[in-house]
Parts: sequence; structure tokens; C-alpha cells
Amino acid sequence: MAALRTTSRLARGFKVSPASLRRSYATVQPASKTPKTKEPALDKEAKTKTFQIYRWNPDEPTQKPKMQSYTLDLNKTGPMMLDALIRIKNEMDPTLTFRRSCREGICGSCAMNIDGVNTLACLCRIPTDTAKESRIYPLPHTYVVKDLVPDLTQFYKQYRSIKPYLQRDTPPPDGREYRQSKEDRKKLDGLYECILCACCSTSCPSYWWNSEQYLGPAVLLQSYRWIADSRDERTEARKDALNNSMSLYRCHTILNCSRTCPKGLNPALAIAEIKKSMAFT
Amino acid sequence: MFTSRALQTSARRLAAQRTSIAVSKFAPPVAVATNTHYLQSRPNTSSVEQYKPENARADSLIAKQRRNRPVSPHLSIYRPQITWIPSMFNRLTGIILSGGLYVFGLGYLVAPALGIHMESAVLAASFAAWPLAAKVATKFLIALPFTFHSFNGIRHLIWDFGKQITNKQVQVTGWTVVGLTFASAGYLAAFV
Repeated sequence: MAALRTTSRLARGFKVSPASLRRSYATVQPASKTPKTKEPALDKEAKTKTFQIYRWNPDEPTQKPKMQSYTLDLNKTGPMMLDALIRIKNEMDPTLTFRRSCREGICGSCAMNIDGVNTLACLCRIPTDTAKESRIYPLPHTYVVKDLVPDLTQFYKQYRSIKPYLQRDTPPPDGREYRQSKEDRKKLDGLYECILCACCSTSCPSYWWNSEQYLGPAVLLQSYRWIADSRDERTEARKDALNNSMSLYRCHTILNCSRTCPKGLNPALAIAEIKKSMAFT
Repeated sequence: MFTSRALQTSARRLAAQRTSIAVSKFAPPVAVATNTHYLQSRPNTSSVEQYKPENARADSLIAKQRRNRPVSPHLSIYRPQITWIPSMFNRLTGIILSGGLYVFGLGYLVAPALGIHMESAVLAASFAAWPLAAKVATKFLIALPFTFHSFNGIRHLIWDFGKQITNKQVQVTGWTVVGLTFASAGYLAAFV
């Protein structure tokens, strides 16, 4: 023991790294060491549930991210996770930061990791089991702007890189609009509904490790949406852009993407279809 | 795949360095020979220029912001699911199988020079002397990566055709593979 102490004291002398390196990254301070916030006035028939929420404040960049626990009375809270978050922000802790907009699963703002799975807070019911705590994190392996707000700049840049719009050289035959058969239109079902919430991309371990170069399931699903479109005339150019070791082929069919999609879409199938169309030409 | 890539990369590196005469004679043929494992015809980078980390200018706004931002937790908090856990084991068993083959093969190659006996008869005789429980346990542990990687490999081939890829199907086939893995590994350990 004494020998250990001497060695550790030696090691303590070498603290020369900058603050940003000294802070450990993808870990958090456990909830046992952070403040607990309780419902202000508790009823007798209160149905209390505890929420552990990831907190990090950019104004104190050297502080480690921490888990903060909030206890809510579910009788006074709406049914969805987003209701709980809004109630915490309104009535308990106005510093809690998260994105939200439509509260009905069409804007994709409130994407976050709830109880270990990426989903939209507005579409996720609060589990009624009050004995179990719910844990809420930002989307996994993203740079955190504040609390539950991730930086999605890279994600949007990647979306832009696949040119998500109709590309044609020939004018429409009738001079008015580009027509499509019902069968061709049907091919776009399950693709156009994507709201780009980034749940699938940030659930993908392959995207965690290679997000600089691998496009990720959401962007590849959108890429396939334009490859499959009968009106688009740049199909080959689109496929050529994906024909390298990183953009598409970092997909190792892990299938977390389809499992987590809050809109019930299947990015894995879209990626399989792209791979097929590249292999059998 | 993984181990052959490691072997190939180190062979290439050795061939490029030319440290000693023995290595420079030996490494280039190895690099050429191991290359036949995987013929790569597609470019080894991303076509999306602006996303290569080396192209991101260190003084750009996003680079500056990232220096101060923490990365949110990932592996440690994601719920274990039948999708990514078997996928992880698929990679691991692949490395164990191919790496084990290389290690054993190279060991077999150099054993006579070092005076170690690795002939089949010697191995079989020493294995026969073990207690039954140890024999079965060892066989089971060796069979497990093999059976898992084989069955999951078939699942991957089916996925590559765009089949069995809905959530329900993935769960059913996933647990089927787990069941088949343990059953067949148990059979191989006990009866073969």
C-alpha cells in the first residue's frame, strides 16, 4: 500500500495536458454525486417517478458531464417523455436544455436516447413502472452542445453531399410536370417519410466510429430515395459517389437503425438495396 | 478478413522499409501472396471530400467547438439488443477464428525448428490424457466461435439479398442463430 501511494504521487506530478484533454469524454458523473430535484408539493396519492437526465453546461467546459435526477408526480404530468421534460423545465429547473418543436413526431427535433434506445421524446410513453428510473441521454456519440442538444452539423453536411433533390437534363415531355407511374411511385413509400431525426445514424456503432466518412443509415436511406426515383436522371452518378470503401460499405448490417427508427422505416433494407444495385449491374 | 488485412498491411510495411536482406527478400512475395485474399477494386477512401478529417481546417469553427464539447455516451448506455450484440460477436469470433488459424499455422511451421512437437499424433495423445470434463469444455469453447460465425455468416448472406431484414425477421433469425450455435457446439463437443 505504501509503495502504491508513492507511485501515485509520482504520477500526479505530470499534469501538463490541457483542460480539454484532462476531461474524460464519453463518461458521466454518477447520479449519486449530483443534486436531486424533487416535486415541490407532493400529494398523498402522488405517483412519483425518477428521471435521470444527462447534463453538461458549455459555460463550465472543464466540468465533467453529470447525471441529474428529477422526481415527478406522474398524475400531474402528460403521458409522453417530452411532457415530463417540459414540466421539469417549466416548474423545476429552467436551465434544462433540449430541442423540441411539433410534439407529434414530424419535426424530429426531440430525438434523444431514452432508456438506452434512440427515439423521439414526443412519441415515447413514460413507462408506468414507477419503481424503475428512466435515463435520458443525448443522441449517442455526438458532440454535445448543451445537456440534451447534440451538434448535428456533420449529419446535415452529409445530407447535403448526396444532393437530395431531383436532377434531370431532359425537360418534361408534356412541358408541364414530370410524371411517374403508380408502380414507380410505390417504390418511394417507406423512403420519403424520413424526417431526418438522426435516431438511426446515431444508433449505428459503425457510424459512431466512422462518422467523418461513413454516411450513416439516415443519409443512405435518403440517397436510395433518389436512386430509386424513376424521374431522376443521375442514378449512375449517385451510385458512383457511393462506390468507395467508406461512404456506403462501412455498413456491416448491424441493423440497430431499423430497430430504433421512431417512424417505423427500414434504413437497413434501403442500404441492402443500394448494395444490391451496385453489385448486380 | 480482419487478420488477413493486418497481415497484409504489416507485410507491405516490411516490404517498403527494407530493414535487412532477409526481410527484404521475404516480405515482398508475402505482400503479393496475401493480397489475393481480397481483391479490392474500389477506391479506399470516401468520395465525399469535405468530410475527411484531414480536410477539416483546424481553425474552422466546428473544429474549435469540438475541442470543447464532450462526446455523449454510446456503447456503455445503449440497450443490449439482438441486433448489435451478435454483430459484435460476429466480428470477435471472426478475429478469433482467422487469428487462431494464423497463429496455429505459423506455430506448426516453426515448431520443428524450435524443437517443439506439434505433430497431430503428439497433440492427440496429450489431449487424450486430459480428464473428460476438460476435454468436453475445451471442445465446446473451440466449437462455439466456429458455429456462431458460420450460422451468422449465412444470415449475412441472406441479408445481402435484401431478405429477412424486417425487425421481426431479424429478431427471429437472431435468436435462431443463438440457439443453433449452442446446440451445434454442444453436439460437436459431446459427440464428435
